[in-house]
Amino acid sequence: MADTIKVDPKDKPRIGVFVCHCGTNIGGFVDVKSVAEYAKTLPDVIYATDNLYTCAEDGLVSIREGIRKHNLNRIIVASCTPRTHAPLFQATCESAGLNKYLFTFVNIREHCSWVHMKEREKGTTKARDLIRMGVARARLLIPQEEQRVDVEPSGVVIGGGVAGMTAALSLADMGFPVHLVEREAELGGFVKNLNNLYVTEKSATDTIKPLIEKTKAHKNVKLHLGSQMKSVEGFIGNYEIVIGAKGAEDIKAKVGTIIVATGALEYVPEGLYGYNQYPNVVTLTEFEILCKKKALPKMKNVAIIQCAGSRGQVKTYCSRVCCNVAIKNAINIVDNYDNMLGLAEQLGTVIEKVPVEQKVPEEIIERRRRRRGRERGEEGEADEVKLGPSEKIEVTVFNRDIMAYGVEHELTYNKAREKRVKFVRYTTDHLPRVYMEGNQLTVGYFHETLKLERTMPVDMVILSTPLVAQPDAGDLSQMLKVPLGQEGFFLEAHVKLRPVDFATDGIFVCGTCRGPADITEAVTQASAAASRAAIPMAKGYVQAEALTSVVDENKCSGCGTCIQVCPYGALRKSEKGLAEVIVAACKGCGCCGATCPEGAITMTNYTDAQLLAEAKAALQEEV
Amino acid sequence: MSTEAAHHGSPTASEGEKAFDPKLLVFCCNWCSYAGADLAGVSRLQMPPYFRVIRVMCSARVDPEFVLRAFERGADGVLVAGCHPADCHYIGGNYRTRRRIALLKMLIQQFGFDPERLKLEWVSAGEGEKFQKTIVEFTNTVKELGPSPYRGGV
Repeated sequence: MADTIKVDPKDKPRIGVFVCHCGTNIGGFVDVKSVAEYAKTLPDVIYATDNLYTCAEDGLVSIREGIRKHNLNRIIVASCTPRTHAPLFQATCESAGLNKYLFTFVNIREHCSWVHMKEREKGTTKARDLIRMGVARARLLIPQEEQRVDVEPSGVVIGGGVAGMTAALSLADMGFPVHLVEREAELGGFVKNLNNLYVTEKSATDTIKPLIEKTKAHKNVKLHLGSQMKSVEGFIGNYEIVIGAKGAEDIKAKVGTIIVATGALEYVPEGLYGYNQYPNVVTLTEFEILCKKKALPKMKNVAIIQCAGSRGQVKTYCSRVCCNVAIKNAINIVDNYDNMLGLAEQLGTVIEKVPVEQKVPEEIIERRRRRRGRERGEEGEADEVKLGPSEKIEVTVFNRDIMAYGVEHELTYNKAREKRVKFVRYTTDHLPRVYMEGNQLTVGYFHETLKLERTMPVDMVILSTPLVAQPDAGDLSQMLKVPLGQEGFFLEAHVKLRPVDFATDGIFVCGTCRGPADITEAVTQASAAASRAAIPMAKGYVQAEALTSVVDENKCSGCGTCIQVCPYGALRKSEKGLAEVIVAACKGCGCCGATCPEGAITMTNYTDAQLLAEAKAALQEEV
Repeated sequence: MSTEAAHHGSPTASEGEKAFDPKLLVFCCNWCSYAGADLAGVSRLQMPPYFRVIRVMCSARVDPEFVLRAFERGADGVLVAGCHPADCHYIGGNYRTRRRIALLKMLIQQFGFDPERLKLEWVSAGEGEKFQKTIVEFTNTVKELGPSPYRGGV
């Protein structure tokens, strides 16, 4: 690391321009050499060169040497996109002792060579223009110091379901005190209503019991049951939260990070498939509750209708869990129906343990599958395939597609087939219809293979409806200033690369409040969110990017418009009655700057002067 | 699909009689539209070479003054591109932008500009094709309108 180069904003800029060929990606469509030559003619440009790959080691060396040999105090790289490569070149500047805010990027690949591939001359003109804009901006860059913000080493987890408990326990195990806020009177969330869980086929209550007990017992977890978040103020490392419970005094606390795990609800399919119109048309969760309470009616035929209200019918998305749940339930009905009957309970012969079919060895499952592919009913099959009590009860799963993704689920699907569960496909052109024929609940459907309308008398219809966002997610979203997606679920910072972060630092998300997920996924996300939240807490501080608003007190009239428009509450009135920036809370969007009627607010590193200079340079006739 | 269909196949662009090289300034928000423009590049979607992108963190950073100054300096068109409603990286900056642009469109008419010279479009990080389409259409619109009455400055 070289010594830090002191750059006074009043010093004359000494700009170095590094124009990249990017192999032939730019060089093949833009005359890079002439562009570099042109750069030399621009004001304050001391040095300009072209590199085959500026991001390769020799390119980076040329930047460092340029800074040293030519005393450069502003660096421009004209190459690809700042979204991927700015950090690399900024780090290079810093390694040569130059403040990283004295670097500027010019994009002549994505925005130029790649989109004007047949217009070399005009593309080259454009590259020259873009560099002229970059130089105009670079001349006005000033070094910035990044502020260090201390982080309170404690957190709050909102939601006491599986995801929330897992996240809270992870943080607690790391030694951080955690507030766990659950609005219901008990922990367990959505899962506590369910009967048994797929893959393990174990009872839901038994599965989450250890988690609940551990959460309750952990010395670092402060439980707030029957409570809700009342307010959140502050920014990463320094959130002032208020937790309120009915009939109790509000609890105030300071936390460093926030994890949102508020879960989801089941869609109530009013108006679909005879729900609420005919008896024994129930949702998946209602069915689970009936099973759990051992209160099923006597039945011979059960229809399960998949995608009820999802995938374009009401909600756009696939709810991801319902296929596996339906398969699990179908097997459960066939195997275990007797134990879930209301009658059994009355007779006092309830078997608590859900009997699971003896596990079939892998190779046999594989063999059966292969054989089924060739020909049905070969000799020997009858011995191996244990017929479920399907003479007694028939289950038909009406589906658009079965999404039994993952390692175990396809085998469970095969198992259901072996147990004579019927899978009948429907298309959106021919939705199944649920109606009463006399006193008989009936499903009418179009058989896609036979191309025939068929009817099926049934005793119960189970509707697999999607998980939907909490109806009051919007309130929390506004309180935390984090976004919701189009379907009302919380929206992560980056769908692929930052799935449990919010774009707002210090706030994280996990579980079904960010979209349908099963328990495995919710636990994975919760563990991820906890470890992400632990990073700033373990480190003890964060470095805030020097990209914030700055108020010129001489121009500010104290009108307060900026305070109204700031989405982060990062502006307040000072004692002088003027606008004041809470630097650690400011995200640097610049909305206040564009709003200020006095022109008193600008942004560090995106100043009005810099942006106007860029615009002016863009419109200037080439010299 | 040909990456050039939308650009070269356009009848308006090939009419020719109003051909001039328009100067188009495009403000792109860092999080959605700039990324959308990047994606258009990565996808090699060809576009007329007259637009120049200025990166801002949020479309709400675009001070109305920036737009007016651009027209004053001879811009033939100004495009502001931001995240879709409800998708703003800064929660709701794009809603402010939407209102400002609506007002600015009224304002620039007072200066003798066709309001079509100012355009607001939502382009997400995944909408490379929409970025291309927006640029192609906007270029054609401005070409139709001809050079800015303020061309060369005032």
